[in-house]
Amino acid sequence: MTTMTYRDALNEALREEMERDPDVFLMGEEVAEYDGAYKVSKGLLDIFGDRRVVDSPISELGFAGLGVGAAMTGLRPVIEFMTFNFAFLAIDQIINNASKIHYMSDGQFKAPITFRGPSGSALQLSAQHSQACETYYSHAPGCKVVTPATPADAKGLLKASIRDDDPVAFMEGELLYNFKGEVPDDDDFVIPLGVADLKREGSDISIITHGRMVHVALQAAGNLEKDGIEADVLDLRTIKPLDVDAILETVAKTNRVVYLEEGWPYAATGAQVISIIQEEAFDHLDAPILRVTQADIPMPYAKNLENLAKPNAERVVEACNKVLYR
Amino acid sequence: MAETKTKRARGSKKKVDALTEHGISAELALNLMRDMLLFRRFEEKAEEAYAIGKIGGFCHLHIGQEGGAAGAIKPLRVEDYVISGYREHTQAISKGVDPKAVMAELYGRAGGSSGGKGGSMHIFGADVGFLGGHGIVGGQIGLAIGAAWKIRYRDEDSVCVCFIGDAAVNQGAFHECLNMAAVWELPVIYVVENNEYGMGTAFSRVSKTDMSTKSAAYGIPDSCVNGQDVLATYAHFRDLVDGVRGGGGPRFVDLQTYRFRGHSMSDPVSGTYRPTEEVDRRKEQDDPIAILRDHLFAADVLGQATLEEMDAEAKQISQDAADFAENSPIPDAEALYTNVWATMNPNGRLFFDTRERPK
Repeated sequence: MTTMTYRDALNEALREEMERDPDVFLMGEEVAEYDGAYKVSKGLLDIFGDRRVVDSPISELGFAGLGVGAAMTGLRPVIEFMTFNFAFLAIDQIINNASKIHYMSDGQFKAPITFRGPSGSALQLSAQHSQACETYYSHAPGCKVVTPATPADAKGLLKASIRDDDPVAFMEGELLYNFKGEVPDDDDFVIPLGVADLKREGSDISIITHGRMVHVALQAAGNLEKDGIEADVLDLRTIKPLDVDAILETVAKTNRVVYLEEGWPYAATGAQVISIIQEEAFDHLDAPILRVTQADIPMPYAKNLENLAKPNAERVVEACNKVLYR
Repeated sequence: MAETKTKRARGSKKKVDALTEHGISAELALNLMRDMLLFRRFEEKAEEAYAIGKIGGFCHLHIGQEGGAAGAIKPLRVEDYVISGYREHTQAISKGVDPKAVMAELYGRAGGSSGGKGGSMHIFGADVGFLGGHGIVGGQIGLAIGAAWKIRYRDEDSVCVCFIGDAAVNQGAFHECLNMAAVWELPVIYVVENNEYGMGTAFSRVSKTDMSTKSAAYGIPDSCVNGQDVLATYAHFRDLVDGVRGGGGPRFVDLQTYRFRGHSMSDPVSGTYRPTEEVDRRKEQDDPIAILRDHLFAADVLGQATLEEMDAEAKQISQDAADFAENSPIPDAEALYTNVWATMNPNGRLFFDTRERPK
């Protein structure tokens, strides 16, 4: 095991996959000479050259489309969005082309492409630069969605995403790049998509979550522990494919669930997970499931308002207490 | 009127010399005639099938625009790529997709090029370099630079020809991608099938500048060709493709043409947006098949009897395609869930509709 930052883990994953497969290239704004806006691609230009590490103009729709066309014709592009906030400009390419080409052509073409970049709330960046974007991509069939919370998950899941033959929206936590954790030294360390990870074990309640909120859930679980409540913290890791077995297992164990996510509540990941639980594990439930999400408003700028808008450990503890009828 | 606003290319008046002028052999010219007759008869057959409910949804016919489908694609090699919008039946056939598979796709049958999942707007031919069939105006423009990127990435000498309609030059994707094509000198040829109308909106009503100027800001050389004159079109693309293949960078072509039918089968041929007289006059003056016929008659390489034989052949191929489509089974219900995902991950759920699915 080596302790490294989330950023360095992503960098290692990119480097190893580019070494392994000459068809993998990285394109995006500032990824080459600038070493990446968040320094995820630091040093890659020197290793792989400007054919494989490519600075694009600020043309999200255009270079996302380029990636899809390159993927259709045999390459394995990694397209970096400086943040997923800017990918809204490219969503036609991600949904209408990358996610549907395999079906529309009845298997004649596939789009093995990874769209990656930071997503989720940041610090005082207000409405357009601070939002969780995973729901837009998990809604349509054809696109896989990955939200790693730790350096090890970031590395193992990025490698799996690049090797996957479908388009993957790989959403990094904007506030996680400096987060440190242990990463296995195995240079072929791959975490398969669709396997959730129980980040903490408990028997009284399940906090199910994904992405950066895993850390908020762990903080909340620590606070609950002081009150004698032991929480399971289940990190989905990938939104699609979704590890339904792990969800049902924790529900059967604790019979009580809070879903925590960084995005808005409407038609969100939590809504989908709760729908599955009530259909497939209704008899295991001892209480209604509650959700903790961002306030249903665009992100405000003022620090106090921003704090009020975001989900936090206190809100999670409060929701858990309600579900536990305490 | 559009013609006063936009520079229009015209065919040579010296029709006797057309083959020599363009360096095209009699054999090639006759093949171009065969191609265009097939495209015309194929689309007429599709029109007929649509009218009696055999074909559903949107169906955009290429009638009147056959010169581009033949002239711009026939100079290409099989390993070159062609990508287009939703008026692409004949371009797919021209690149090598079997007319039977195209017609069966229009019929929504298992024998269709996409097994009935794509329909009229999504014809694909992976084995012949036909990258589709795209339904969003300008949606294919980015894919084209992606294919060109792959060609350059692997040091291949292929090219990618991307057809767009005149309305697509007003999409953001056009400007983003022409810029990237130019910056990276990608082997892509953007061909505007300029039929003067984006659905029912004349180009001159939605563009202050002429088509010829549209690539200038990106430093991409433009050219203009009369798409109704297939010999001129073929010669133009033959030379252009050679240059791009040789590393000459991207090109932009204003292929001037005219649509003899409505925007789609659900739309009127003429009416509020273009007068009937205009359509009649253009059909009379600008029919690419009649123009080539006149060239070939004048050059004495074709006579009426042979032309009729060739036309009968085209009709037969189209009829065979329709018969094939008619006899092709509807897609098996199990096909509903196939090829949604290229990788069915062993872990986790990928379908959420809670329906029974085949394993």
